[in-house]
Amino acid sequence: MKTLINLSLLSLVVALLCSANIPTNDEMAVGQPSEEVIEANNLCFSCHGQKLFTYYNPELDREIKDNMCDEKIVNEEKFYLSNHRTFQCIGCHSADYESFPHPGELRFEQQYACNDCHGYDDDWAHFKFDEIEEEFMKSVHSTNHDEAFTCWMCHDPHEYHITYRNEENLLNTIAYDNGICLTCHADVNRYQLLTDKEKPNVDQQHSWLPNQQLHFTKVRCIECHAELNDNVLVAHNIRPKEEAVKKCVECHSSDSRLMASLYSHTVKTERWSGGFVNGEMVTQGFVIGANRNKYLNQGSLYIFLGTLAIILIHSILRAIYIKK
Amino acid sequence: MGTRIYLYPGWLRFWHAINALMCLVLIVSGLSMQYTDFERYILDFQLAVQLHNIAGVILSFNYFIFLFGNLFTPNGRQYFLFRRGVLKNLFTQLHYYTLGIFRKEATPFPITTENKFNPIQRTAYVLVGYVATIIVIVTGWAYLFPEIVPNTIGNVSGLLINDLIHISMGYFISIFLIIHIYFITIGNTKMKNFKSMVTGWHE
Repeated sequence: MKTLINLSLLSLVVALLCSANIPTNDEMAVGQPSEEVIEANNLCFSCHGQKLFTYYNPELDREIKDNMCDEKIVNEEKFYLSNHRTFQCIGCHSADYESFPHPGELRFEQQYACNDCHGYDDDWAHFKFDEIEEEFMKSVHSTNHDEAFTCWMCHDPHEYHITYRNEENLLNTIAYDNGICLTCHADVNRYQLLTDKEKPNVDQQHSWLPNQQLHFTKVRCIECHAELNDNVLVAHNIRPKEEAVKKCVECHSSDSRLMASLYSHTVKTERWSGGFVNGEMVTQGFVIGANRNKYLNQGSLYIFLGTLAIILIHSILRAIYIKK
Repeated sequence: MGTRIYLYPGWLRFWHAINALMCLVLIVSGLSMQYTDFERYILDFQLAVQLHNIAGVILSFNYFIFLFGNLFTPNGRQYFLFRRGVLKNLFTQLHYYTLGIFRKEATPFPITTENKFNPIQRTAYVLVGYVATIIVIVTGWAYLFPEIVPNTIGNVSGLLINDLIHISMGYFISIFLIIHIYFITIGNTKMKNFKSMVTGWHE
């Protein structure tokens, strides 16, 4: 299971990194789980796949029906859609889990981290996991919470799947990525796993933001809350809230930072597309100030100057002829 | 001293004054939003957005004065576009503006209480007042509630299409405003028409 977790994290990071040196879909293809994997995992999912499970109690000599605690439930359907879907549970978790009741010492089982599998490995070099880890170590998630904050806090290895950004799925990607942040920032139980602070009200904290809901659905949290880094596909250096972007023109300008973050997967294309500055944005969104059209700009300027010229000539002629 | 005609009732002058002021705010703030950059801007972006929103809402409600005033008073008849000889009259007025005025010819359509506007004015006012303004208001409100705008129309962002329509209409209203201000200087004195819109009386 540890391996599974690590691989999930890896996939997550991979997805995050996807937007810089953009790997192709083929590079990210994971394949489907084999029959053997599914059969082996069925034993785990028979208990951990749902809320209620049954087991045989030899002391009582009968079947016992019991509740599985939420934290130990893995959604089977989501698992087999995740990037770690080809893994056996015991690929990452101890093989001792195959015995039941599980040995008590497994409660102290060490979890893998992403880079235990993916780090410093040429096969994964294009995703730059090492740089992501460096970025993460500088982020408030790491500096404020020491080792308690692991990759898994955001990237559930049992469910994580790559959300490679493209024109077709950009909005889904945004929703998926923002959902990762809200997993803790909108859930007091998870939030207070790492802090005694009161959970902030996300809507209230962003009340200054015009068209708040539009921003929440059209851009990711990290657009404003993470430091840009051209080397990685997805920025992981989450800054303190005091350093969050609050100046509108950071995005609403021809030099929009969105092209270095949300739309970084397109930066190798022209910033001018169809006459639009930062034209890649206009397929699924539109950012006032950032999406100007050079043809419309030129045309409107010519019409404006032409109008002024006609007025000037007309007024000069009036001054000349009417005074005569 | 020439004849004095009461052309512009109070409600019309009130609407016109508010409309003119809001148009100026909208043009400046709109240009600022569209062309703001880090070091080159007219207004701070956030201020421009707030001003644009407030002025847009005021202009929208103010538009009802224009709409209902014209619906329920005789002033509405001034905007009946399709009259007998409309095209011929348009060319007659165009001829006057381009040639006749310099020859000191008499205006072909003198101002009367029944005909406040010449054919070109009437056409422009109808297009701006009943077409462009309505479009700019509808698309402007769509921007106040962007969730209602379809995410994509065809393969293009719905917000982009909304914006293109909004700023195109806003732009043509701006061009109209420039020409409008110039044309009202055409009179016995340059300030005569300005004064009329303040007092309501045309001399």
